[in-house]
Parts: sequence; structure tokens; C-alpha cells
Amino acid sequence: MTLWISLIQIVVVVGVLLFVVTNVAYLERRISAFMQNRVGPNRVGPFGLLQMPADVVKLLMKEDIVPKNATKAIHDLAPIISIGVALSTFAVIPFGDTIELFGMQIRLLIADVNIGILYLLAITSLGVYGVTLAGWSSNNKYSLLGGLRSSAQLISYELSMGLSIIGVLMISETLRLDQIVHKQAGYFWGWFPAWNIFLQPVAFIIFLVTAFAETNRLPFDLPEAEPELVGGYHTEYSGLKWGMFMLAEYANMIASSAVITSLFLGGWHFPYIELFGLSPFVTSLLQILAFCVKVSIVVLVFIVIRWTLPRFRYDQLMNLGWKVMLPISLVNVLVTGLVMLLFS
Amino acid sequence: MSFNGKMVRKKDLTFWQRIYLPEILKGMRLTIAQIFRPKFTHNFPEERFKPPASFRGRPVLVEENGVERCVACGLCSRVCPALAIEVQASETSLEKERYPIKFEINMVRCIFCGFCEEVCPEEAIVMSQDYLLVFNNQEEAVFGKDKLLVPAEKLSDRLEFLRQHR
Repeated sequence: MTLWISLIQIVVVVGVLLFVVTNVAYLERRISAFMQNRVGPNRVGPFGLLQMPADVVKLLMKEDIVPKNATKAIHDLAPIISIGVALSTFAVIPFGDTIELFGMQIRLLIADVNIGILYLLAITSLGVYGVTLAGWSSNNKYSLLGGLRSSAQLISYELSMGLSIIGVLMISETLRLDQIVHKQAGYFWGWFPAWNIFLQPVAFIIFLVTAFAETNRLPFDLPEAEPELVGGYHTEYSGLKWGMFMLAEYANMIASSAVITSLFLGGWHFPYIELFGLSPFVTSLLQILAFCVKVSIVVLVFIVIRWTLPRFRYDQLMNLGWKVMLPISLVNVLVTGLVMLLFS
Repeated sequence: MSFNGKMVRKKDLTFWQRIYLPEILKGMRLTIAQIFRPKFTHNFPEERFKPPASFRGRPVLVEENGVERCVACGLCSRVCPALAIEVQASETSLEKERYPIKFEINMVRCIFCGFCEEVCPEEAIVMSQDYLLVFNNQEEAVFGKDKLLVPAEKLSDRLEFLRQHR
């Protein structure tokens, strides 16, 4: 029975995710257009909403070109790794508390692993293989440079990312994501939501910055850096395989937003919802809605930042990673430990 | 910054600017404010751009009282750098005595330089504000008198502009 529930959850989550991913791509094009005083896609369907389905059909119909000297097998494998990693991140993200449906208690979490955060860190680090292998197998110097940059970038931000989470783990005393969300349920002084962002603001900022680096979004999109590297790692990709990289980028963005929401923004908690005295079912639905709203806000921050900031230079990223974020996250861990030692 | 091989740090950044996060927030405020500003885009097929009088669109022949002003002197065809204009003169009983029995502009060759307009002694050929030119083949692109003749009232903008600025 639980297997069936899990399967249904997987289908629902992946379906919703793929639908949302295309719409985020549309949203990004539209918002970026507005920011540049343009109109953006507005021809296909009402407000251009059918632009993305049309683009997907276009990508499906396009010829899949593999360069003559490319390593064919790895060239095919790379986008699959990217998209697989991006989608499997969602396995451990709790998008709601238990919900009672048809007389069954269903936990709104696909895989209840007790080392959720370790799984997340491990899986997201794998994502870089897709990019690096794509760059290497294309047999193109620009792609190779993009892939190499991606792996070098990984080393310099992943450390701070892991260390920034440690502060949260020390407070929550668990590696389970749903437990971490539960810990954020209460209120400070009886009215202020006890989200981790208020307990760990430094960790939040570091995690947000490293999330940008991990998803290859603009201030740190060195692996694709259009003006320098043509298209970076996906220069030699076309058609559906290119579409998979694009899908992976947006899925990664949503996944990072979901992780940030779970770790720092109280997950599916809807502040003050218990005051209204709603039935458990409505409460659960509202909590899922709250989770979606929080994730969308973080996604919007991702989009706005992309169209606000210029790209960092390569050495600037390295400086930021090694000389700024790593020491700050270490100090953050120390201070958190000290405060916990003194006040508990 | 590098100056004479020595590293010189600009001193004009304050502490909060060095932190960079407040500056990011300022930038985000700017970009978000832009979302609500009016757009520059013309929604083309629905919204047409109305060019100013100085615009050099497709050259047309000015038609006054049902006849073209042109006296078929051939200066335009002579000055045309792209050799787009062909004029054939004939006699008429009107006061001007000569008229073009055939006047053709090959719109594929035309480069919209406006020399024909400049050289015309009768102000008979002017550049219109018409910029939507579509043809499916070479033959269609040769505009005869049927397409070139435009009543003077419709060209008043351009004629007024020429009188003031030439």
C-alpha cells in the first residue's frame, strides 16, 4: 500500500514539477522583458501563456546534432544525469504535514530518509557531473572550459554550503528535513514565527549565495557565460537534449528554493493558522499552499537577482568562496555552538 | 585596480558598499521598479509606427487634379544611383506638354536615398511615409504608375517639410 502511495506521490510531484518548470521559464522571460521595458512573449495564446508548450514542441521536433568528434555515449548521458539529479532532489523535500485522504494518513514526503540533508548535499553535488561531462564529451574548447569552470566552482562553494547548514542542524538536532520543519513551528515571545532565518541569518545568506552558484544562475553562471564561452557546456547540444539541460536548470532552481524554504523559511508552516480553528484537511491544504507560495517567492528572488546583477569574474567567485564565505560560515558554526553552550 | 604594476585599491567604497548586500537590494529595487514603467515596444501589426515627415519611405509620384505633376524630364532616372527608375516621355495637350507614358520604379533596386526627390524640378516625385513593402517575386516589385500615383493631399506632410527645409 505504501508503495502505491509513494508511486502516486512521485507521479504527482514530477508532473506538477514539469508543469511548473515550463511556467517558471515563461515567467522569467516575461519578468525580464518587463524589467527591460519590453513586452516579452505575448503572441502564443492569452498573454503568451502557450509560448512554453510551443517551445517544448519545437524542441521535440528539432534535429539532435552530435558533433563528429564527440564521445557519443557520454554526450547522450550528460543531460540525463543533469535532469535526473535535478528531479531526484525533490524526493526528500516535505511539502506538507500528514494529510488525511480516503481514511488514510498520508505523509506529504516521498522518501522519509533519516539523513535527508546529507542526501540533498550528495545528490546536488552529483549534478555537476552532468555539466562537466557535457563539456568534456562535446570535444569543443568552449564547452570544455565551461565544464571545467563548473567543477572548480563546485569545490569553492560546496564547502561553505555544507558548513552553513551545520548551524541549522545544531539548532534542530536532526538531519531529517521534516523534523527541521517541525522545529520551526513555534513562536518567539508567543507571536513571532520561529523560522530558522531569524535564528541563523548569516547561514541563510551564505546558503542563498551558494544556491545561486549551485544552480548556475546569473551572478555565478560561469559555466555557460554566453559572452565568453558561446554557450558554455551546452554549446554543442540541440533539440531535446538541450531542452533537458534547460529543464534541469529551472528544476534545480525550484529545488534550491524548496530546500531554502524547508531549512530557513519554516517549510510548510502557515503562521497563526491554528488560531482560525480550521478542520485538519483544510489546514493541510493551506499548509501546502503556504509552501508553494514561499517557494515561488524564493524563485522570484532568483529571477530578479539574475536580471539585476552582472556576472562575477572567475577570480572574484573564488575569492568569495574561499576567503569570505568559508571563514564566515566557520565563525557562524562557532558562534552558534557558543551561544547554545551558554544559554542551554 | 592596477596602476604602474602596483595594486591600488579605490578608497571611495564605504563599508556597506564593500559588504555588497545592501547594494544588491538597491539594485533589486531598481529592477522591480522598472517592471511597472511603460513599455517601449510597438505591438507591430496592431500598432503602426507613424513616421515623421522627414522619413524617407517608398518614392511616389504626386498626383494633382487627377494628373501627375511629372513632366518626364528624366532627371530622376539619370540621378538614381541604383538605376531603379525608368521613364518614357510622351506628348500631351495639357499646359505641361510632356508627361510620362511609362514610369516604373524597381523597388528591389531602390535604396531610398531620396536623390530623385532632391533633383526633381517639379516636386513631382517625393518620398512617402509608406514603409510596408512586400512582394512575392521580382515582377511584383516593379511599381508602375498605377501604384506610384498618390494624390497630393495625402502627401501634405512631406510636401510641407520639403518647402520648409529645402
